[in-house]
Amino acid sequence: MAQNDINRIKDHAELFHQDEYQALFAGKKQFEGGHDPEEVTRIAEWTKTWEYREKNFSREALTVNPAKACQPLGAILAAVGFEGTLPFVHGSQGCVAYFRSHFTRHFKEPFSAVSSSMTEDAAVFGGLNNMKDGLATSYNLYNPKMIAVCTTCMAEVIGDDLQAFIRTSKDEGFVPQELPIPYAHTPSFVGSHITGYDNMMKGILSNLTAGKKAETTNGKINFIPGFETYIGNLREIKRIAELMDVNYTLLADNTEYLDSPNNGEYNMYPGGTKLEDAADSINAEATISFQAYSTTKTREYIQNDWQQASYVARPVGIRGTDEFLMKLSALTGKPIPKELEDERGRAVDALTDSQAWLHGKKIAMYGDPDLVIGLTQFLLEVGAEPVHIVVTNSNDVFETELRALLDTSPFGAGATIWGGKDLWHLRSLLFTEPVDLLIGNSYGKYLWRDTHTPIIRIGYPIFDRHHLHRYATYGYQGTINLLNWIVNTILDELDRNTIIPAKTDISYDLIR
Amino acid sequence: MTEQIRQIAFYGKGGIGKSTTSQNTIAGMAELGQRVMIVGCDPKADSTRLMLHSKAQTTILHLAAERGAVEDLELDEVLLTGYRDVRCVESGGPEPGVGCAGRGIITAINFLEENGAYEDLDFVSYDVLGDVVCGGFAMPIREGKAQEIYIVTSGEMMAMYAANNIARGILKYAHSGGVRLGGLICNSRKVDRELELIETLAKRLNTQMIHFVPRNNIVQHAELRRMTVIEYAPDSAQADEYRTLANKIIDNKNLTIPTPISMDELEDLLVEFGILGGEEEYEKAIAQDQAKAAVV
Repeated sequence: MAQNDINRIKDHAELFHQDEYQALFAGKKQFEGGHDPEEVTRIAEWTKTWEYREKNFSREALTVNPAKACQPLGAILAAVGFEGTLPFVHGSQGCVAYFRSHFTRHFKEPFSAVSSSMTEDAAVFGGLNNMKDGLATSYNLYNPKMIAVCTTCMAEVIGDDLQAFIRTSKDEGFVPQELPIPYAHTPSFVGSHITGYDNMMKGILSNLTAGKKAETTNGKINFIPGFETYIGNLREIKRIAELMDVNYTLLADNTEYLDSPNNGEYNMYPGGTKLEDAADSINAEATISFQAYSTTKTREYIQNDWQQASYVARPVGIRGTDEFLMKLSALTGKPIPKELEDERGRAVDALTDSQAWLHGKKIAMYGDPDLVIGLTQFLLEVGAEPVHIVVTNSNDVFETELRALLDTSPFGAGATIWGGKDLWHLRSLLFTEPVDLLIGNSYGKYLWRDTHTPIIRIGYPIFDRHHLHRYATYGYQGTINLLNWIVNTILDELDRNTIIPAKTDISYDLIR
Repeated sequence: MTEQIRQIAFYGKGGIGKSTTSQNTIAGMAELGQRVMIVGCDPKADSTRLMLHSKAQTTILHLAAERGAVEDLELDEVLLTGYRDVRCVESGGPEPGVGCAGRGIITAINFLEENGAYEDLDFVSYDVLGDVVCGGFAMPIREGKAQEIYIVTSGEMMAMYAANNIARGILKYAHSGGVRLGGLICNSRKVDRELELIETLAKRLNTQMIHFVPRNNIVQHAELRRMTVIEYAPDSAQADEYRTLANKIIDNKNLTIPTPISMDELEDLLVEFGILGGEEEYEKAIAQDQAKAAVV
């Protein structure tokens, strides 16, 4: 019965289908006082109507499944791109456990971050002692080259002053004076993970580059990825820069950390941008960020304090990649090699091969501001029509930018940008104004289940499909990946919908 | 840029006359052509009423609560211009008994910084409620904020007790940041030997009594009309007192790291000045207290 056969241990997906569990569930139902199944169905149907949509959109005090996470998550992602860096979250332990598991579930890699383990007494007396002991323990136990400190809600509400705490910890000898300990205040109740990334990146760069400004530039270009969860994208950027013979510093390079080879040895700090390279980034020719809204303050800092030119380029789709390559070529004087030109040609060829399937397809998507701008660039190029664009962590500048992008193409005319809305809003949109495709992260599978809109998993987090983060969405190769995911989802769906013999199989074709 | 701006803060026990003293002093500074911004850090939001001649201005947090998020605010909705172009802003905060006023101050100051309020100014003055009771109330003395603290006090014991506590708060931040104590401002309550008492306390705290503001009913008259004395009665002697204080602050170079004293030392000081009686009297009082407690 249940799990009595040790040779055939059942996964919970089938375990609970057995009679004894079904009987148990039925028995339990009598005592649950639930509604009549007919009533449940009636209400479920009602939630698909325009009437419900209007009620849903007049919701003020409740968020259901926001498409965003909180600041410290972004902060620690920024930190692990630097050599030997241990993210240290000043606050309670549960928060940090959550950040670690969130990344581990997406990347399927270990993720190290420590907490100052604040409890009730720290909330009352302030977290200074936790900071001192926490820094000392982390330093002695894990031997990092840098500790990047951010905060959780708790430390922020009681107003702990990181600058003063870190200075005190050093002055009292808990950690060596020379150990770089950059910090960022990252209250979870302000902004989102992209704000946290920005704050931490700015904190790390200000710490490492202090006093490093030289008379002359080092001739390099800095690349800042932003809250990037596609390891393939960083590798693609490095590959492009190497093909073009561009001297660059990636701020920061977490490719090894989040996708380290399994060679039988555990390394707590694989890869990462060298601290001295990061320190020298102040002397670069220019900085290119691949995301605008996760680097707002960092770019402002680079422009004002470093007096360095800073650009945003999103190498997504043909035009996006073209613009990035031309910008890189203009900044460095290096020509775009034939190899990349050929790649472009292949990507254009691939797009034309599939274009007939994509043209006029109505799309709903959600995600971070820069992600949806990149996707919109691509979709407009292939004649797909974005309809619903939900961005929970939206802002006015972003919405203006995206609107301008949508206005460049007749295919963008039907799009509505739903800033600050959540996935429960999107559910109403999908029921009342159905689309052909949904693009989003793993949480979108609930929308797929309810609305049967085919889903393409692009974004963060992706917990329920493997290895997608290893691919690129950037560059001409990334363009082919995006195309592959999207067009083949359409074709899969077509097969699924034409599968009943002698009924719908009239166009169950071998060749598409 | 922010580097040239002198940032000062007024701290002191609740009800001691911080807001009145600071606004009058700032009116004096404005008269001398200084460009000043007042940042009220008190949920009561009474740090700017004499400048604006209004009951209480719309606060950052009040508006943020109405709109749902502080990001939805524009600077000019909360930054008003008052007497002699003094810029006025109030952080505001929760109703008494709920929420977290300290976090409110952090939120408000972050908002001001992010929205470029700290521009084209000579002085920023923070008016902070009561003691440095939590991390939020220390926000104005963090690195890069107020570098000079003025403690408003009087010769009353609890006011001095609060002043000493504030000195402890400043000391905590003095080594990790650059905050210094600029002096004690004695807002007279006509306590016996008040001048000497506060001068002695100042010495013990390793600072100065920067000014002794005498008690004068004209302050009350001006307050009722929502004006500073400098505006209401510019020719009065009291107005000149505030002008003198304004000048002293502008020229103040005596910025120190405070040396707070223990409760015992503070009590000894009061005994010395005859406010508390001698040891005997003190023990008698304690015995009486205990007798009362025993009856209950």
